[in-house]
Formats: sequence, structure tokens, C-alpha cells
Amino acid sequence: MNLFSLFITSFIVNNIIFSQFLGICPFLGVSKKIETAAGMGIAVIFVIVLSSIITYIVQAAILVPLGLEYLQTIVFILIIAALVQFVEMFLKKSSPGLYKALGIYLPLITTNCAVLGAVLINIQNEYNFIEALVNSIATPAGFLLAIVLFAGVREKVDTADVPVALKGSPIALIAAGLMSIAFLGFSGLQI
Amino acid sequence: MNKLQVFRNGLIKENPIFVQLVGMCSALAITTAAVNGIGMGIAVIAVLTGSNIVISLLRKVIPDEVRIPVFVIIIATFVTIIDLLMHAYTFALYQALGVFIPLIVVNCIILARAEAFAFKNGVVDSILDGLGMGIGYTFAITVLSAIREIIGNGTIFGFQVLPEAYEPMMIIIQPPGAFIALGLLIGLVNYLTSRKKA
Repeated sequence: MNLFSLFITSFIVNNIIFSQFLGICPFLGVSKKIETAAGMGIAVIFVIVLSSIITYIVQAAILVPLGLEYLQTIVFILIIAALVQFVEMFLKKSSPGLYKALGIYLPLITTNCAVLGAVLINIQNEYNFIEALVNSIATPAGFLLAIVLFAGVREKVDTADVPVALKGSPIALIAAGLMSIAFLGFSGLQI
Repeated sequence: MNKLQVFRNGLIKENPIFVQLVGMCSALAITTAAVNGIGMGIAVIAVLTGSNIVISLLRKVIPDEVRIPVFVIIIATFVTIIDLLMHAYTFALYQALGVFIPLIVVNCIILARAEAFAFKNGVVDSILDGLGMGIGYTFAITVLSAIREIIGNGTIFGFQVLPEAYEPMMIIIQPPGAFIALGLLIGLVNYLTSRKKA
């Protein structure tokens, strides 16, 4: 598989939200406004790219040589948690503007299953370093695309006349389902 | 709060999926067949009860400042145990659930119960809370996956229930169906609870 088709596959065809169901919590929770949705999406790109580089190195240099692959889950979640903490401290010092923009979303990312999911998928599919890097850029880019589009839809839905029982999360889920049908259209795509 | 209330809380009033809307990723992703729903539910019950017990026992030892990393390590340990057990004994289910077994670590239900309940309450209450929440979660995803399996495949637990002439609605098994079915199901629960109150 060449890198371009890998990128498009992870970005649109196997979109992380609409076909893999990873990162649904922030997708539903932080999608009420387009600006905050975009902020969350960018923060996720940042963390996924960094954490997949580090977990790739740890997997190749420490876990495999020592035969400790079964500790993957524990090690990776610790790396992600530490990384999120580190990124938060670093941004606070070096670029207060960006920190303010992303601030409240950063701690939430630790429990975003998109991060652990993307990292585990890199390992499971046995990508080499370059492929893993491409995948870990395309995957959160798909997250950004999905959450921004969805936030646009939700801003419209908020003003619509919805049956009382469906107000709030049920109608949001149904709207997401309809968007997911649109993304299903890409599933036959062969590049 | 008495013991029965603690247990029943998670079943209906604070059902993780229908009311609190936590742990949505696995609820949407693996609910294509009723047997997956049950399998995932049992895994979550085991992890949730186990981590609640350990955290409740250690609640006086764990310093407040580092409690979240400690919770995460305890939860990840139980998830690893379940992952290895399922790999060994229920291989077909292990393959069907795939990456969502290690992802139980980041299932918000478990961390939320550790933080909101087990860290503040005794062992017995924490066990009941873990069981209640876990069974509530299992109930919700089993209902969802049974509905999707019946409509999308005409079967339940692999047995044919609808007549042969029934044309399965494939869309319900595919990703969009998960969102729409869960949305309608939560809508139905909202409708029933609001009617009960009125």
C-alpha cells in the first residue's frame, strides 16, 4: 500500500469517528460550537502524532526485545497520560496563546480513546515507522474533519423544532448517523 | 443510601449508556450481534468490579494528588488480565471485539466510578456499585445489539427469528445504523421516563 492511499484510507474511508467509533465522547461532548470543535481537533492531532512516535520507539526498542508485548496497554496509557501532562506544561510556558485556546481540552484527551486506539492500530497493522507516522497524521485529521462538520450541523439542529424526547443527545446521535451514511459512500473507494 | 439502592442506581436511574452517556465508543462499535454485547458487558463488569474493589481498599493509602495516574494503572492491570484471559479462552469473541478490549482502559465509566464512588466509599458498597453499573451497561448494550441483530440480520444470538422472506436492513449493522439505533433508543427511554414522572 502506498503512502497516499494509506493517508486517504485513514482520513476518509476508515474515518475514525464514522467507521471506527473511536473518540465518540469528545465528538459528542465538544461539538456544540465550531470554534471549540476545531480547537479540540487540533489538540488531538498534536497528541496523536507525538504519542504514536514515542510508543512506536518504545514498542520497537523496549517491549519487543524484552518480550513484554503483553504490557502494551499499561505502558501506552502511561505514556499518553504523561505526554498530555508534558504538552500542557510545555504549552503553558512557551506559547500561552495556544495554551489558552487548547487549555481545557488537553486533560480530556488522556481519556480520548482515539489516541490509544490510533496507537494500538499502528502496532496491530505492523506499520513501519513512516507508515505509522502517515497513519497518525491522517487519523486525527479525519477526527478534525468529522467534529467540525458535525459542529456545523449541531448549530443548525439547536434551533430546529425537535420532538421533546429526542432533544439533546438522541437527535445529535441521529444526525451523526445521517452523516455517517454520507461517509459510507466512500467505502468502495479504491486508490 | 442503603445497599439495594446503591446496586439499583446503575441499572436504571443512572444507567451509564442511556442516562450518563459515558462509554459510548464500545457501545456503538461492537453492538452488531447480541453475543458481542454480552461478551463486552461481562468484560466491563469484571474490570469495573475489580478496580472498584482495589481502589476502595487502597483509598486511604493513595495520596490525593496522584490519584488519577494510580487509578489508571489499576484499571489497566485489570484490563490486561481480562485481555489475556479472553485471548486464551474465548478466541472468537476476542477477535470480534478486537481493539475494543484494550480500549476498556479509556472507557469513561470505569474511571468515573473510581473517582466518584470507589474512592469515597467502603468495599461492599463499591462492589455493589461496580456490579450495578456494569450490569446496567451490559443491559443497555445487549438491548442495542439485539435490536441491531434482529433488524439487520434477522437473527438473535445466531438463531433465525424473522421469517426467511424478511429482507435484512443492512444499514443497521453498518456504522450509521449504530448511531441512529442508539439515538432512537435513548429517545424512547427519555419518553418513557418523562411519561412515568407526569
